[in-house]
Amino acid sequence: MTTTSASTSGAGVFDDITASDSSLRRFLHGLPGVDQVGAEARAASLGTRSIKTTAKAFAIDLAIRMVDLTTLEGQDTHGKVRALASKAMHPDPADPTCPMTAAVCVYPDMVATAKQTLGSSGVKVAAVATAFPSGRAALDIKLADTRDAVEAGADEIDMVIDRGAFLSGRYLEVYEEIVAVKEACGDAHLKIIFETGELQTYDNVRRASWLGMLAGGHFIKTSTGKVQPAATPPVTMIMLEAVRDFREQTGQMVGVKPAGGIKTTKDAIKYLVMVNEVAGPDWLDPDWFRFGASTLLNDLLMQRTKMATGRYSGPDYFTLD
Amino acid sequence: MARIDVKKTYKLYIGGQFPRSESGRSYVVNDAKGNLMANAAQASRKDARDAVTAARAAFGGWSSRTAYNRSQVVYRIAEVLEGRRDQFVAELRTSEGVTSARANAAVDAAIDRLVWYAGWADKITQVVSSANPVAGPYFNISTPEPTGVVAVVAPTGPLLGLVSVVAPIITTGNTCVVIASEAHPLTSITLGEVMATSDLPGGVVNVLTGSVAEIAPWLASHMDVNGIDLTGVTDPELATSLEVAAADNLKRVRRAPDGEVDWLQTPGTDRLTDWLETKTVWHPIGI
Repeated sequence: MTTTSASTSGAGVFDDITASDSSLRRFLHGLPGVDQVGAEARAASLGTRSIKTTAKAFAIDLAIRMVDLTTLEGQDTHGKVRALASKAMHPDPADPTCPMTAAVCVYPDMVATAKQTLGSSGVKVAAVATAFPSGRAALDIKLADTRDAVEAGADEIDMVIDRGAFLSGRYLEVYEEIVAVKEACGDAHLKIIFETGELQTYDNVRRASWLGMLAGGHFIKTSTGKVQPAATPPVTMIMLEAVRDFREQTGQMVGVKPAGGIKTTKDAIKYLVMVNEVAGPDWLDPDWFRFGASTLLNDLLMQRTKMATGRYSGPDYFTLD
Repeated sequence: MARIDVKKTYKLYIGGQFPRSESGRSYVVNDAKGNLMANAAQASRKDARDAVTAARAAFGGWSSRTAYNRSQVVYRIAEVLEGRRDQFVAELRTSEGVTSARANAAVDAAIDRLVWYAGWADKITQVVSSANPVAGPYFNISTPEPTGVVAVVAPTGPLLGLVSVVAPIITTGNTCVVIASEAHPLTSITLGEVMATSDLPGGVVNVLTGSVAEIAPWLASHMDVNGIDLTGVTDPELATSLEVAAADNLKRVRRAPDGEVDWLQTPGTDRLTDWLETKTVWHPIGI
């Protein structure tokens, strides 16, 4: 099976589906329904695996490499973004073997600062655009927001879908908006945030996942982190099933990013088990799976230190961010 | 009709909750005559880690309460303990096999000890703080601050010994993780129930039951523990290795006592001052 990235808008075979609102609705509502009880039980059972010693060490390093280190606060300053970018490059300054995180995730006006600090280190800059987190703005404003971030040097754009339009069933409108934003992204990768906490049902999560993939997103992402519940194991599992099925049908691979509420190493490892079991080992790579998190990194570092030194570490020994 | 006994399940006391051990283990506790008394939870290193996390989370709120308020809370523990004295007398008699008079004396002393330390909460600062004369236009003031999270290996005395080591630690604003007496763990958990119902915020005192030799090294080497009280360590080799492990993050250590301690004696203030740091402030005069 080929593993090319989703680089074209739509997926060729699905051109008929996205031709009109009614055909798109027919397709999305024709997707098999999600068995809520079954999905929750399956997600819970995948969380019971015991991952120890060398497997745990591998999982911790992989999880660190998958972190999109995030700061999305009204109180963000350039100084804080610089500090966060430095931390992304050297998560544990005391240990040079500690890998870098995948990216830092900031608001568009902070992209230039982050880019300047990160330089050519390899850590990417992701920017949330399109009137994040609500997405309640006119399309041209959203596109201007996106272009602004790309021009400032963002490697990845995290957009939010119009949940109001999605929930009222105006799927083509959501689709066309994603396509327009993708065009505005240029070479930057596009992550599509569904805000699953607002989508009400697992069926809607599955529909949104397919909609996002049809529109050509490189990543589908659960949440903004501003709405509770944020990422949950069942929701992430449904999205992983969607990207797996999408690759089976089109040969194109799409990444998944759970964001918000993943705070401990234990949680992160549960997600990695789920990725391996549901989507497959091909997704166990920072190019195809990310964690949107800020506090998670410190817990990963504490566990890493515990494994290296054999004694429990404490939050005093890592930077607050 | 014969009634079925309602036996009590003795669990751990962590973060204001009474969870079973994460490991699922338990061990048999016998009474003084060697008959089965109950099963106690056998805590693992992960329970110890969880307890430290709970103690750390509770430290901010507890240490920033006024000394007067902490005094009230410690006094409240004494009040609730007084209300349950019969239960403690009965437990001490069964587990240690002591006479009614001795058990009563121990409970009395434990209650009095709590009241005694409660009184110290807003007075110890006056004893150990100072206004220092300096050669410059500054007020120079030293005041005590709590050390942080203190791990405690409790002595064998299941009630009085435990109260005597825990009360001074929490009175000054520290939080603690206690490894209860291995031989007599049950009274410690009953004392946890007293604390859970006496305005003491969850996590200020956490009680683990199980093997001292198994759990204590993890607490001694834990980088997020600021002090360790070795009062209940009887094995000199273990005491030495715990002190060595504690040196890694410069924990404050209270060494194991030489020989038996008579807990009925009125204590000095050393158990209070052991877990205090000194903060010195230079404040310009005239601003």
